[in-house]
Amino acid sequence: MSDITDAAHGSRAGADAVPYGEGPYFRPTSIKPGIVGWLTTTNHKRIGILYLTAIGTFFSIAVIFGLLMRIEEMFPGPQIMDARTFDALFTLHGIIQIFLVVIPGIPTIFGNFSLPTLIGANDMAFPRLNLFSWYLFMTGAAIAATSVFINGGAPDTGWTFYVPFSLKTSVDVPMATFAVFILGMSSILTGINIVSTVHMLRAPGMKFSRMPLSVWGLYSTAWVQILATPIIGITMLLIVVERLFGIGVFDPTKGGDPLLYQHLFWIYSHPAVYIMILPAMGIMSDLFPVFSRKNIFGYKMIAFSSLAIASVGSLVWGHHMYVNGQSDTAGVVFSLLTFLVAVPSAIKVINWLATMYKGSIQIEAPFLYALSFVFLFTIGGLSGLLLGGLSTDVQLHDTYFVVAHFHYIIFGGTGFGIFAALYYWFPKMTGKMYAKRFAIIAWLVFFVGFNIFYFPYFVMGWEGMPRRYFDYPVKFADLQFVSSIGAYIMVAGIALVFGNLIRGARKGEPAPANPWQGATLEWTLPSPAPLENWETPPIITKGPYEFGLDGKANGSASGHSPATEGRDGPYEFGSDGNANGSASGHSPATEGRDGPFEFGAKEVEK
Amino acid sequence: MSNAANPPGDASAPRSPSSSAAPHSSDVSHSPHSTAVHDDRGRLGMWLFVSTEILLFGGLFLLYSAYRWRHHADFHAASMLLDRVFGTTNTIVLITSSLFVVLSIHWLRERRLGLAKLFLGLTLLCGLTFLVIKGFEWGHKFESGLYPNAPHLLSLPFGEILYFGLYFSMTGLHAIHVIAGMTVFGFVFRGMSKGTVTAERPIFLENVGLFWHLVDIIWIFLFPLFYLIS
Repeated sequence: MSDITDAAHGSRAGADAVPYGEGPYFRPTSIKPGIVGWLTTTNHKRIGILYLTAIGTFFSIAVIFGLLMRIEEMFPGPQIMDARTFDALFTLHGIIQIFLVVIPGIPTIFGNFSLPTLIGANDMAFPRLNLFSWYLFMTGAAIAATSVFINGGAPDTGWTFYVPFSLKTSVDVPMATFAVFILGMSSILTGINIVSTVHMLRAPGMKFSRMPLSVWGLYSTAWVQILATPIIGITMLLIVVERLFGIGVFDPTKGGDPLLYQHLFWIYSHPAVYIMILPAMGIMSDLFPVFSRKNIFGYKMIAFSSLAIASVGSLVWGHHMYVNGQSDTAGVVFSLLTFLVAVPSAIKVINWLATMYKGSIQIEAPFLYALSFVFLFTIGGLSGLLLGGLSTDVQLHDTYFVVAHFHYIIFGGTGFGIFAALYYWFPKMTGKMYAKRFAIIAWLVFFVGFNIFYFPYFVMGWEGMPRRYFDYPVKFADLQFVSSIGAYIMVAGIALVFGNLIRGARKGEPAPANPWQGATLEWTLPSPAPLENWETPPIITKGPYEFGLDGKANGSASGHSPATEGRDGPYEFGSDGNANGSASGHSPATEGRDGPFEFGAKEVEK
Repeated sequence: MSNAANPPGDASAPRSPSSSAAPHSSDVSHSPHSTAVHDDRGRLGMWLFVSTEILLFGGLFLLYSAYRWRHHADFHAASMLLDRVFGTTNTIVLITSSLFVVLSIHWLRERRLGLAKLFLGLTLLCGLTFLVIKGFEWGHKFESGLYPNAPHLLSLPFGEILYFGLYFSMTGLHAIHVIAGMTVFGFVFRGMSKGTVTAERPIFLENVGLFWHLVDIIWIFLFPLFYLIS
């Protein structure tokens, strides 16, 4: 794109790497190489990579489970497994994807790797606690894996563990629910770490109103993690206690009420959906300005809508129980609140679209994922309104429609969001660049496969196909077949995506410090990021997306770069986007531009 | 929870220019003394953690409210079966222990390490007393066949089964917290002896003390809800 500035950044990065930072974070001079160095690290970037490795593995396993289910469902009647195995498969697929992949996904991978670099901190607020929560996470995963093999086999309750079935089924439930409890503890500790980091460790000048929106997303999510997760913790513990000692609080034969279980479960698990989607929305809000070369439209409203989703979203759990015997009044209230959550979600979508308007759009792999996010999330979100309506839900409850809605939101939204983030920060993580052309082809296969896979679910659900059924009437055979074909295409796409990323990490081209011309702080660090981010904290004077005035020169916001070099940046912008070029050309910004020039001096003076 | 308080010498002291960027820098407004920063951080982390604990118990309190609303007569009847002497004694013991923690923090700040350690020891003693009394109480209930799944308990009305189900879950979870608090207090005690918990750096003791007050407060809610409703 603009080789001159890239080169400039590159050389600066090269010069930086020697005196400070002890080299790349994954091969620092101060830590012994090898597995022990990784397992005892308290460095936020290394812990982020630990999570990435673990979650990538879990994701692949759960994708294979999903694929097996699609093979089974390709034709009516038993194909490759019995009904019990199918029950275990969808349960494990759900437990892994929900509790081990999408809930922890963005907060642990990017909340660790990127968050401190986005706010100008050198690490998280509690580095040791951070490592501890990774170990809790792995312990939870190990317990969940163990539950598959002992006490009569894998749980077959679905990921919701609804009573009374989860109290009666002969296979293992206590181990699996205890695993969820442990994973919840890990999630809480991550949330505490993120909130504390955002409050205590922002660099000088990094006001809340100057934080990148991905930080707002992570911050709102962290509050939900802190406030909602304890409820699932106690609920899962009660299942364990109920199974082991029979205390009776959920057992109808002893006066317990299964509906109360559902309440407790969804008090957490609905906000958990926002734990999944909010940070992805935050990252989208970072990506749209960068790839449109334009300031974000409606910064305050996006930040505010994150908080609104986090708070209102905590009050809508009852919409999972319209047909389960909940009172009608409660149903009406929950339905109203559910519709209200759609408002801040729509605000975000509109703001992203408005950000692109008259921008200078750069089609790169991360941006394609961001666009897919908006497309798929919108479909998923609108279909959610049908489920949020009291009468329509009677028809759609527990059908494939729910599965389609959920996968469009969570896989199409959060899943694509994670891939967007991965493609976006990959150069910072590895110091290398994946094959860009190939990344776009892989995205296309993935995206097309996804829609062929899940869109028929809407139709089948509308026509009454219940979820979690091993077999189905012949009238669904055609759509089931199409859906399976879509699943194969999608899995092939995911394989291409992973293959490209792994190949890129091993022998990709060296990446420049700021391959996307982002204006946020992390791009002022060399690629790959050094072990310690900043020698002296950067001083922030600008918002995160002010390309026009400050442009790539945002590098000057970081304390450690000589401001003059970055100063040339903005004028290169004209070639990328006329709006930006002209904005920096004759903006009456002399005053604004003088400020950053004097950084070096002011820093000492003040 | 002990991890919530990182010592200042942690490998990744974030933005602590005051330690590296030399005394000649006159700018202290942006970079307060790093120990203070760490203490604030630890304090914030602990408060957040405490709020999650309240919500953890909150799930149980929710169940309690729902079931008591439905079976209030049974709940009152079941409450008669608890021993108020045990309950009241335990309440006094636990409140006293909270006082001892405060005194321990006070004397630590006053640099009277001996007194600080004495009161911390007394706190531990109170915790132990609480657990012993609780053990006796549970033992009595087991003897009278009032434990989960006991044939006698199952012959009682639904409300009483639920009452005792909640009684054992909530006091049990509370007892686990007492044990956890005492364990971490043990580490604090060692820290005082080794000089890592000092008047300049009392955050570890303060944070565990905060946790202990939480355990105390939860009991102050549990006590009337189980013992005093008849």
